[in-house]
Amino acid sequence: MTTTASDNPVKKLLRTERMPSIWCPGCGIGTTVNCFARALAESGKNLDEVAIVSGIGCTGRVAGYLNLDSFHTTHGRALPFATGLKLANPRLNVVVYSGDGDLTAIGGNHLIHAARRNLDLLCICVNNLTYGMTGGQETPTTPTPAIASTAPYGAFEPTFNLPHLAASSGASYVARWTTFHVRQIAKSIREALDRNGFRFIELISPCPTLFLRRNRLGEAIDEMRFYRENSTVKNLADTREAELSHRGQILVGKFVDRKRPTWREAYQARHAEVLGGRFLSWDGPENGSDDGPRGPGEGDE
Amino acid sequence: MASREIKIGGLGGQGVIMAAMILGKAAALHDEKFATMIQAFGPEARGAACSAQLIIDEAPILYPYVLAPEFLVTLSQDAFRQFLPELVEGGVLLYDEDLVQIGDLPATVRAFGVPATRLAESLGRKQVLNLIVVGFFTAITGLVSEDAARAAIRETVPPSTTALNLRAFELGFSHGHALLSRR
Amino acid sequence: MRPDPNCLMTGRLFIDGDHACSEGAIAAGCRFAAGYPITPSTEIIERLALRFPLVGGTFIQMEDELAASITAIGAVWGGAKALCVTSGPGFSLMMEHLGYAAMTETPVVFVDVQRGGPSTGLPTLPAQADMMQARFGPHGDCRFIALCPNSPQECFDLTIEAFNLAERYRVPVLLMMDEVVGHMTERVVIPPADAIDIEPRRYTDRAPGDFRLFEPREDLVPDMCRAGQGHRVHVTGLTHDERGYPVLNAAAQDRLIRRLRDKIEKNADRIIRLEEKGLEGASVAVISYGITSRVAERAIELARAAGVQVGSLRLITAWPFPADRVRRLAQEVAAIVVPELNLGQMVLEVERAVAGACPVISVDHAGGAVHPPERILDAILRAAKEGRPSSLGRSA
Repeated sequence: MTTTASDNPVKKLLRTERMPSIWCPGCGIGTTVNCFARALAESGKNLDEVAIVSGIGCTGRVAGYLNLDSFHTTHGRALPFATGLKLANPRLNVVVYSGDGDLTAIGGNHLIHAARRNLDLLCICVNNLTYGMTGGQETPTTPTPAIASTAPYGAFEPTFNLPHLAASSGASYVARWTTFHVRQIAKSIREALDRNGFRFIELISPCPTLFLRRNRLGEAIDEMRFYRENSTVKNLADTREAELSHRGQILVGKFVDRKRPTWREAYQARHAEVLGGRFLSWDGPENGSDDGPRGPGEGDE
Repeated sequence: MASREIKIGGLGGQGVIMAAMILGKAAALHDEKFATMIQAFGPEARGAACSAQLIIDEAPILYPYVLAPEFLVTLSQDAFRQFLPELVEGGVLLYDEDLVQIGDLPATVRAFGVPATRLAESLGRKQVLNLIVVGFFTAITGLVSEDAARAAIRETVPPSTTALNLRAFELGFSHGHALLSRR
Repeated sequence: MRPDPNCLMTGRLFIDGDHACSEGAIAAGCRFAAGYPITPSTEIIERLALRFPLVGGTFIQMEDELAASITAIGAVWGGAKALCVTSGPGFSLMMEHLGYAAMTETPVVFVDVQRGGPSTGLPTLPAQADMMQARFGPHGDCRFIALCPNSPQECFDLTIEAFNLAERYRVPVLLMMDEVVGHMTERVVIPPADAIDIEPRRYTDRAPGDFRLFEPREDLVPDMCRAGQGHRVHVTGLTHDERGYPVLNAAAQDRLIRRLRDKIEKNADRIIRLEEKGLEGASVAVISYGITSRVAERAIELARAAGVQVGSLRLITAWPFPADRVRRLAQEVAAIVVPELNLGQMVLEVERAVAGACPVISVDHAGGAVHPPERILDAILRAAKEGRPSSLGRSA
């Protein structure tokens, strides 16, 4: 796809008939979607072969607003759904787009295993430090001692350092930005779309209605100022340094960019080595054996 | 022919399940009979003890478990001790005389011993003990035909070991055959 | 459609029900499986892990059953026929995704090799105590199809049937095995490819832009597509309209949930498979399924030898329940006996259908073994004695 200045590339990627979105004024999720859409449009990928998979929550609704094959799955399970989708049709570019509660609490086990397997998935985690959809409860990323509805006296649990979690579990590509860094987000997504393996991008994003208001941190605009003043870009930083703290410095940048065999590459290499010519690879529904599914219009006679 | 119930017991690694599998295959695939084989599962089956139950019938088998075996094959002292009380009156006991001391048996039990371990060792491979037993069982009980047993062996064991396993079968079979003709 | 002959192990095998299920899946065209090891279903995924690389399939062992079940669903939307396999506690973990598959009308097969429960229960021993879970397991109102094989041969046959029904009705289908049929080894005849019918996915022939993923055809079942065909569909577990877009109100809920029910109930006559034996003139009917049907047949033989006219109705399809047939049966016999390896599950459905027209005798069992046939025999004899007097004349 080519774009011109007059042609808004983002609009084509949105299901405008579903607008306005459910997101609150000042919410950062829409900003990330804008960046994603821009990056995707610029990537030149065949949009018919891009699928987006979300879990449950505010960010979980992203899938529904994008004019792609989109799957709004169950809470925490976007990654395993995407695993099946991608392995059944390896030609698809599969993007998992979900929130911190969905991907790192209820879905935390799937996150580390998806990274360990180096599944060929781009995983965008919008981290707004809280459960927005259900009213501002504590997540594994809520910093101490921020207030959440289920931590009314202040959070006290240690948090996950998500870039470090993803990197040490095996992700091929790891980056973090805030919603202040719109150009960098788009660039990172654009770059990650062309990589293989498990790509994890954390996007720190304001939840003005719940997190900011409950913690008396002002409006979304104030949070943008905070991000600008407190973010430090350090590419290829040691992810151990990427720990977040309440109102502390935010390390951003591309931390990991490495090549590892994807799950499917490893699967194919192993079986080809052991089985030789007897190994029969599944290359997608069009190329499957006779009994595999066929294209549109052929399956119903 | 009514339902014939068989129990085979021994130790893990003796090939108890494979013996039952070969006999079941012989009956179900080559003798045109019906066979149902169930191996013992569970933690108790993970350790030393190992057993399989096999039913052979000319009609479809309904109830899948062996309740009172008419034929008992024991390849370990523990299996002998555990399963002998289950044997029906007039039942047939087959045992490895190198591994099982039968002592005084109830009068109704018809017992047939085979030096399976020694015979297997004479072939240079202790592991074919189970095929000696399959041959012996085939000769003594006649529940599966010789040809069916041989066919089942060919399609069950790894191809590189077929000849050895068939030799073990013949050895066990001749031993059983000779024993029967002496009685 | 026919299976690929190169992938079929056509011939006569001596294999257990778990392995037969794996072969049935391959024959049905399933080329994706996700699982997590759990007794007594593990042999199914073990065989698929061994066989799939030879037939162009993909097996992935996931980190838990939550993952395994939705990975299979994801694979369906990617364009593969897919199944997930489990037992006991794993089946409980899969419930959310059984509901998701029903809501999103995903043609997927769930295999449950039933073992004793609740909780860890009896990992290596049989039960049939998940039958109501196969009907009411997930939250919300939803319908599935559930099949109950009673032999390794049927594990093969009904796995193919499960895939065919899933595709025909765009619904998750449950293969409700039990530990005994899963672990028993018997002869399994795998037919040649030209003797096996497999149902192709009902892919739409409409052009992108003109296709609604949840718009039903006359049979109440919508056509299907997969990701990558250009339809840009939206699939959600939220209540949705015919395009798949969330519509969160009572009217949309009523329309969707009733159709999901009706597409199974109104097609029930085409879905249900029963095996009837000796019911003509019988005074007692035994209704059973799975391994218990074989134990019941043994009891029926004994009862006939004792002079009781007793027949058998075997539920090959447990859900949708054959209520019409059971209702008619209740008019024909003096009493109905229902043995099952649980403390009374399908018997509740039998009683609902019978509605007092004849006595229904439950022969329950907490699981861990099959019934002693004598227990079922006793119930048959009691049924012959206590059944409706008007029918009793036909027995002795």
